[in-house]
Amino acid sequence: MSFDNAYEAVSEANDEARWAFGTGFEDPLSGVDTSLPSGVDGDDLAAYCLMLGDDALIMSHRLQQWCTRAPELEDEVALANIGLDLLGQARLLLTRAAKAEGSGRSEDSLASFRDEHEFRNVRLAELSTHDTADFAGVIAQLLVFSTWRLALLQRLTDSRDPVLAAIAAKGVKEVTYHRDYAAQWTVRLGDGTDYSHQRMQSALDDLWPYVGELFESHSVVERLPDIAVEPSELRVEFDDVLTQVCSAATLTVPDAPARAGVSGRTGRDGVHTEAMGYLLSEMQSVARAHPEATW
Amino acid sequence: MVTLAIARSVAATVTDPELPMLTLADLGVLREVSESDGTVVVTITPTYTGCPAMDTMRDDLVHTLQDAGYDDVEVRTVLHPPWSSDWITAEGKRKLAEAGISPPGAAPRNDGPIPLTLGAPMHVVRCPRCGAAETEELSRFSATACKSLRRCRVCAEPFEHVKEI
Repeated sequence: MSFDNAYEAVSEANDEARWAFGTGFEDPLSGVDTSLPSGVDGDDLAAYCLMLGDDALIMSHRLQQWCTRAPELEDEVALANIGLDLLGQARLLLTRAAKAEGSGRSEDSLASFRDEHEFRNVRLAELSTHDTADFAGVIAQLLVFSTWRLALLQRLTDSRDPVLAAIAAKGVKEVTYHRDYAAQWTVRLGDGTDYSHQRMQSALDDLWPYVGELFESHSVVERLPDIAVEPSELRVEFDDVLTQVCSAATLTVPDAPARAGVSGRTGRDGVHTEAMGYLLSEMQSVARAHPEATW
Repeated sequence: MVTLAIARSVAATVTDPELPMLTLADLGVLREVSESDGTVVVTITPTYTGCPAMDTMRDDLVHTLQDAGYDDVEVRTVLHPPWSSDWITAEGKRKLAEAGISPPGAAPRNDGPIPLTLGAPMHVVRCPRCGAAETEELSRFSATACKSLRRCRVCAEPFEHVKEI
């Protein structure tokens, strides 16, 4: 098969929908029963799905930014794979959010046409490590993120919302791999040379002020008993795993006070760090430059 | 009137876009083919949530069934129960091995907290080329979400292994 130009080969005219990039995907929940469980407020459920979806979307973008910057090809592939898994989780959760709020928005409009204060991810997910190519930094971020998210998703499999429970059950299988990957690198670096040990310890120390926020409750969670997972319930498992990993890695689990929010408001309320604006301006640039386009 | 048995056998011929030696049925992704008011309803489940091949699978199913004379085709997604590598059929595993991809062993099952794996997985993965048991994991991740990258310590060839999930 020959084509005059590269784009012709991937155009719809050739009836080969082989290329899965861009917008205009089919609904990832197509055919799934997305009616609301009895007694649940659609806006609350939507707000909760946005929180978990934004965590995955923003962390996924941070991992994607590591493409071409990882120290080894295998790690390049690993970070991209983990980013892809999280993007898949984000698509399902943002679609669930859009359907629950019933406003006609979609996963695409939620990802690309919300502004910074409308994003509900924890601030840990938005911290930047690629710009300084700090590999220990992304490993520390992924270790904390995936340990916390695995504990959360595993409990969410008992949610009274069957869609959320199903998304969580798939996510558990994936995030198990993510956590192992980050834990194994933490041990390799922590128990490596003096220099790699010091870099790994600094990376954990630097992000630790953002750990407390992961376990703070929120009014949306409190309004969704049986549906949402109370974050404080995750702390014991999180501490156990971090202690296990740090002990194998000859590292010290940091003990730093939580970074305060603004008037008590943090990522879950749309108050983010300076890094977030730069992240969004890159992540949303193509969709905003061509707002009507699907490709 | 839809002849369901034939529609089923047609749907069962559609192959996976990333692992073209396997059909969606071999892979355990094709869950059900049924009929609703003259429409053929095909139900599939994703292997991984981020699997970018899902849209292609939907298109391939619709086109293949339409080519076989079924005009009204609907493809539905189910997420529950989540896909497991245990659903790859014996025939599917044989085809994988034949293509030089090592098939998955039994998927792990967990009740309670999921144990952390700090070392390499303990189970034996045989080299699909020379059959040696002395193989090592290079990366838990590979060209697609469902595979890991390994190397045989006997024949020194790298190979892909379908992960147990």
